[in-house]
Parts: sequence; structure tokens; C-alpha cells
Amino acid sequence: MKDLAEAALNAAQVKGASYADVRLDERVQQDVTVKNGQLAAVSDDASEGLGVRVLVDGAWGFAGSARLSTSEVQEVVDRAIRIARASARARSAPVDLGPPVTSRGHYRTPVERDPFTVPLTEKVELLLRADQAMASVKGVTIREGSMEFIKQKKIFASTEGAYTEQELFESGAGIEATATSPDEVQNRSYPNSFGRHQGAGGYEYISALQLDRHGQRIGEEAVKLLSAPQCPSGVKTLILDASQVALQVHESCGHPTELDRVFGMEAAYAGTSFMTPEKLNHLRYGSPKVTITADALTPAGLGTFGWDDEGVPAQRSFLIQDGLFVGYLTSRETASVLGQQSNGTMRADGWNRIPLIRMTNVSLQPGDSTLEQMIAETKDGVYMETNRSWSIDDKRLNFQFGTQLAYEILNGKRGRMLKNATYAGITPEFWNSCDAVAGKSEWQVWGLANCGKGQPPQVAHVAHGAAPTRFQNVKVGILK
Amino acid sequence: MKSIEVARLTEESELKTFIHGLLERSPAQQTEVMVSEWDSALTRFANNGIHQNVAERDVSVRVRVVKNGKTGVAAINQMTESAAADVLSRAVAIADLQPKGDVVPMPGPAKSRPVDAWSDATASVTPEERADFVEAICAKARRAGLKAFGAYSTGAEQLAIANSLGVFHHQLSTKASVNSVVMGESGSGYADRSAIDVRELDKDDLADEVIDKAQRNQNAQPIEPGVYEVVLEEYAVAEMLEFMSFTGFSALAAQEERSFMRLGERITGESVNIWDDGLDPSGVPTSFDFEGVPKQKVQLITKGVASGLVYDMETAQRAGRQSTGHGLPAPNTEGPFAVNLFMAPGGTPKADLISDIKRGIWVTRFWYVRVVHPKTSIITGMTREGTFLIENGRITRPVKDLRFTQSILGALDGTLAISRSTKLQISEYLGASRVPAVRLKAFTFTS
Repeated sequence: MKDLAEAALNAAQVKGASYADVRLDERVQQDVTVKNGQLAAVSDDASEGLGVRVLVDGAWGFAGSARLSTSEVQEVVDRAIRIARASARARSAPVDLGPPVTSRGHYRTPVERDPFTVPLTEKVELLLRADQAMASVKGVTIREGSMEFIKQKKIFASTEGAYTEQELFESGAGIEATATSPDEVQNRSYPNSFGRHQGAGGYEYISALQLDRHGQRIGEEAVKLLSAPQCPSGVKTLILDASQVALQVHESCGHPTELDRVFGMEAAYAGTSFMTPEKLNHLRYGSPKVTITADALTPAGLGTFGWDDEGVPAQRSFLIQDGLFVGYLTSRETASVLGQQSNGTMRADGWNRIPLIRMTNVSLQPGDSTLEQMIAETKDGVYMETNRSWSIDDKRLNFQFGTQLAYEILNGKRGRMLKNATYAGITPEFWNSCDAVAGKSEWQVWGLANCGKGQPPQVAHVAHGAAPTRFQNVKVGILK
Repeated sequence: MKSIEVARLTEESELKTFIHGLLERSPAQQTEVMVSEWDSALTRFANNGIHQNVAERDVSVRVRVVKNGKTGVAAINQMTESAAADVLSRAVAIADLQPKGDVVPMPGPAKSRPVDAWSDATASVTPEERADFVEAICAKARRAGLKAFGAYSTGAEQLAIANSLGVFHHQLSTKASVNSVVMGESGSGYADRSAIDVRELDKDDLADEVIDKAQRNQNAQPIEPGVYEVVLEEYAVAEMLEFMSFTGFSALAAQEERSFMRLGERITGESVNIWDDGLDPSGVPTSFDFEGVPKQKVQLITKGVASGLVYDMETAQRAGRQSTGHGLPAPNTEGPFAVNLFMAPGGTPKADLISDIKRGIWVTRFWYVRVVHPKTSIITGMTREGTFLIENGRITRPVKDLRFTQSILGALDGTLAISRSTKLQISEYLGASRVPAVRLKAFTFTS
């Protein structure tokens, strides 16, 4: 593999590239799904290939192929060079990557139990136990549980002398109970929604979730939701559980601080950002309770690695500090425009995609409150838990989220269960209304394995540390 | 064999030999092999210049085996002898390791109607041609004092599916798509085009539409949210149909009581007719599905009445009927999917849809649409790149983008007029829709 990488870099230089990098990726993925007491799907996918990115005449070209032969590498390089020359016919300013990056080394995700050595029967039995727990609840009509495991070997090499090897593991799982009536569909899932909760680690991550101990509870909640009252509409105090805070951070802080979006590089697809450069170090993004970091060193985070896909070392930086907007997620190309150096967030969805700025582990730092304390201090509010729907505009300002479960809060006490709860707001107004964040004991890293961006589309696996958080004067309960 | 001079795809005869070799060596009672191979490129532009420009060549070999009543699926992205042995042994190992369960049946051989989804011109577009196409859009935007952003992609692919019961289907296809956002100081416009044959993409026509939209959409002012009469352009209508397909048109959604479809009941206005037809050449035709079943036309909503659902092998077996050819690749727990959607045109020229509207909103496209309530088809999302106020039969000014939270069926129940023309919208992921623009009586904007 190293030989192929060197051959690609040599060929690119000979053919006129002022810079080139090559990534060789080998990835295996196993998915296991149990549905309604049956093993519904097991698949085992393998993919390998290489991608070559070149700069010629100040413009980018990229080509990738699944064929790993010496002759194919030459063809891939030729194609990337030709594409770069074509780009140069219609480029804007020449690309400036800033100072060279010469990282070298090896990184491996800390893993206690390699998930690919765990027998399939053990995985299926755990999912079936969780399924049976959901099935014990009368009224649950659909039960589903799934696991996903990924092992990826990556080599990165560049003409600047960088050469890194990484072996990354991910493990994830989740269960969901659905209850239906003639007019309604209600779901409850654990630990998070949209299939699973995922982290960088081995099978120990799955064991710790104790899926089978939560099946009955979520089944009961799904059935109870069918007859629960609708979440009322109004302006209220809102308390979010940690998983919903994680998604709120993702959509309203992670994406708008991606510097490629700010510069319009995603304008025709994912959109732009309201967090433009003149606001840096000036915009009061949130209340002093709000500090948000990007940290690729967070244990077990899906955005944890040794180096990004430009060879920049994993690092920690502040995006929001005590409410003030202080930093972006950057690449070498975008950072140099602001006179900065990349903070290492470029990641590609496999060998056949170019790296883009992606969230690493973008986390709301813990505060000093607790969920119980927040509830006790609230006169008229709603507590919402586990995402059900999410939508935000192309500048990341106007959002609306819905959750699976909600409870009314009256005079400091948790009251009735509510269904079809939603809340809406404008990003800086919302985060400036934050008056309490729970502390470390309730803070957890949540993995999101479905973050879409780019053309052709890419899916990134990212994470967010979050704890239950309270907001004041929020518009809730907008169903129509 | 058609020319595949630039897009490098494996010859059909070689593909067939590879697949049959794999079927022959399988120790399972039933084996299915699906091979998809593609060679594609995409040129992306921002701020009037190319900033990303990529190409890839890849293949997926997916094997499903049924052995002693147990199913295993494995995939690999190589088409070599060793890869074939590896993927087959992994699929068999998965089957061997699991408990007995329900088996999704494989179809037997059936003749599929050939469709023409290939264009030599699309398969042979060069990087220089893509760059020149993009530069033409950027140059027009530049001359208008605006900035162009977007992506222009071309690609060729082939799909083959075979099983040990004697099924073998093969299809070549191409696709060319361009989308563009053009921005001024205080507003933007959007346009896109897609076709099987790249020569149908008219860069000047696209540039003129998006620049005109951007120029008219400067200095938008907010408008009070509420219920408005609306005109939805084809971009928005296609997205609405995609969400109907996603949440309601599947037999699995109906069997699991998640669907909004109440068969035999009127669920939209009487002028609404929606169907799925994989064989219609005015869409993106495909002769068979990912289980190897020939495509059938399915009438989904007829004169406003819910009239049909799409089936795959599993849901058809459960319902005691035949698959309609809407299966997804194994292993699939999502159920069948309608991916060749059509909405019938009406009799009104698109420009006349606004003529009787006293006060309403013109919506170019939706953004970030998500399901809020599947059974009542309530979705939420934003308008984007071209939202205008209609007053007394004409567009009077641009308005700031609005959030909507609206039942799709409720909206279509108030269908007042449908455009005479339709537009092909190729989905980013799978399938395509051919849809008209519509005038709807009531649409709820919430912020």
C-alpha cells in the first residue's frame, strides 16, 4: 500500500502538481438488524480504494478508483491532473494551503474488545433480549433493534512529506418501539433516535448500553404517548435532555462555524452561515453559560482520530467561549484566508471523496446545574427528550425541532406526559436565553452517524458532548 | 454494445461471466448477485469559479444467499476472482451463524421491458467540457454583477442482477445534472436541470432562469406568517412527492399502519393524479428493481383517491400478491420504494397560475424538509431562494424565507390549478419525479 501511495505522489509531481496527497482506505462494516422478534438483516460490506488530490496552476483536481494496481494508480493521477487543469480554466483565486504539514505516525482507536471478533450469535441474542422486553408491552406494534460496527484502515501521504496510518473503530446500537392507532404513530427509542447511538470504540461500548434493560420502558412510553395530551402551544421555559441538546449544538453551532460554508463553498447545497468573519470575536452567540469546543481528542467520540484527512493533528479549540463567538472549524485552504492555521477538521467519507470541513466532537461544556434542579426552579415549562424531527434554514438561524417525548413542568414539578412536542427559535436568541446547563455527572458524548454535506453527497460520523440544558421564553408546541 | 469510450465500465459479457461464475460456485440453495458499477464526475463552483472537481470509478458486488432457511448478505467493491470467493464465503458464513428466520423469497425469471436510459454524449463528457459549461454560467452571473454557485455532474453506470432461479437483468444508464444558486448582495435564486442526455441541458436557459430569479429576489422583506394561498414551483412539488413516497406509498408503511394512505378514500383534491412508472421514457426509466423484478406501473392517487401501493417481494408475499418491482437492495428493512414518480399536469400555463390570486406566496423550492407527523403527512421545512408575494394576480415583491408546517394531503386537498407543463427532477439519491407546478388554496407558514 505504501508503494502505491509513493507511486501516486511521484507521478503527480512529475506531471506538474505543485501539491498532491493520496489516501488509501480499507473499510469493513457489519450491520445487524432484529425486527419483531426475527433476525431481519445481517450484512457485511467491504470497500477499498485510493483517492488522489492534486493542485495544478492553483486549482484542485481529484480522482479515485477502487482498483489498486500500479497501472490504475497512474490512470487515477492522470485523471486528477487533467481535472485540475480544467479547474484552472475557471478558478477564482489560486489555492493557498498555508504552512506545510509534515505529520508522521500511527494512531489506533482504543478498543477493549474488537467487535469483529465478537460472535454474531452474541450480538443477535442481545438484540433479541431487548426485542422481547419491548414485546412484553401490550400495544407495541413494531419493534426494531440494530447494531453497526466499522473498522477502517487509512493511509495518508502528501508531497510535503506527511505519512500517517490510522486504524479506526466504531461501534453502535439502538432499539426502537413503535405504537400505532388509526390516527397516530408514536415512537420511543433508546439510547438515541435514528437507529442507533455510536462511538469510537469496541464491543465494550455496546455492552455498556444495556439495551435489554431499556426495552420495556420505551415500549411503555410509546404506548402511553398514543393517549397523552398534545403539547400545548405557547412561550415557555424549555428544558432539553442531553441527546436533544447534542443535535441542537450540531445544527445551530457546528454547521454555521464550518468555514467552507461561511465562504460560500456549500452555498448551492447545504447553504451558507450567519456567522460571517466580521462577527468573529464580536457576536454574543449565547449567554455566558454557553461554551462550545471542537475537540478531536475526546475519548470515544466519533470525531476522534490521530490526524484529519489533510494530515493535521487532532486538537481542541474553542468555537464559543462564555457566550462569545471566537472560532471556526477550518481546513488548510480556508484557514489561510483568515491568516490562521487549520484546526484539523477535514474528513472524507471514504477514498472516493475529497475531505471537507466536518465537525469533530463539538461539545457544549458542562455547567453547574442538574436536571432536577432545573425542573425545580421552573414554574411553567416543558421538558423534551429524544429527537423526532429537525429542520433549520440554510443560514442556520431559523430552526424547528420535534421530540419523541415531553413532560409538562408546573411549579417546579414534572407533570403529565405530552406528545407531538416541538419547539422553534432563532439561533442567537435561543442560545442567549440559556440560563442553566447540567454538570459533568449528566454530561455525555452523543454520536451522530448521519451528517450530510457536499456534492457528491458525503455522510460524516461526528459527536457532541452535552448535558441537560434550560432555555427561557421559547416558542413550543407548534404542530400546525 | 454502446460506446463507453470515456466512462470506463466493464463489458456486459465480462460482467455476465463474473456473475455466473459466482452463482455456480455458491454452496447455498439460493443465491442472488447484484453488481452496480459507475464512473462519474462532478465539477463544483462557488463565487464564480471552480473550487472542487472530482471523479470516481467504483463497483459494488452484493451477494445474498439462502442456506437452510437462513439468509446472509455480503458486499465488496472489487470484481476479481478472489473478491468473488471472499464475498461469497462471507455471505455463507453469516447465513451459517444465524438462527433460522423468515426468508425473503427470490423471484423467478420474467421478461423485463427494455428501456433506453443511455446517452453516449453523457458518458463521454470531458473535464474541459464541464469546466466550460460552468464558466458560461459564471460569466453570465459576473456580467450581471452577481455570484454563481453550483455543481455540474455527469456519470455512467450499469446495474446487473441475477439469481440462481434463472433471473438475469442488465441495464446501462447515464445521468447529467446541474444545479445553481446565484447570489446578489441581498438575495439569491435557484435553478436546476437534469437529463439522461447531457445535450438536453441548456446552460443559457439555466443561467437566465437563476439570474432572473436572483435579481427579482433582492432586498426581501419579512411577511407575517399565516395561512396563504400558494404557487409551488416544480422544485417544491417534487420534494413533496418524495416525502409522500418516503412515508406513505410503500406497502410496508401501510402494513405497519404508519402510512397516510387510506385505500379507496379520497385523500386529496380530485384533480390530483400521482403514479409510479419505471418504464416511462419521460422520467428516468429502469426496467427492473433491485430484487430482479420487472417494473410495473402503479397508480397511487387517482382523481384524489388513494388507489395503490408499491410492493417488493417481502410485502407482496405477506399480502398474497405479486411484487410491483419496487424492491431495494438486500438486506432491506425499509420496505419497497416508489422511485419513478409522476404527477399529472393540468391545463393552466405555469405563468397563469397566479392570475386569480388576490394575496398569496410564490415558492421556488423547499429546504430541509422533515416529517413531523407521518400519519397525517405533516412536514416542516423552509422556503429558499425565491419566495415572493403575489398580489392581485401578479408578483409584487420578494419576501424573506418562511418556515412551513403543513399536511401534504391537506395542501393537495386544496389544489386549485395545475400547470400544463411538467419538469423532470432527478433525486440526489435514488429515482426521479416528473411534476407540474401547482396552485394550492391554503398553506401554513409558521415563522
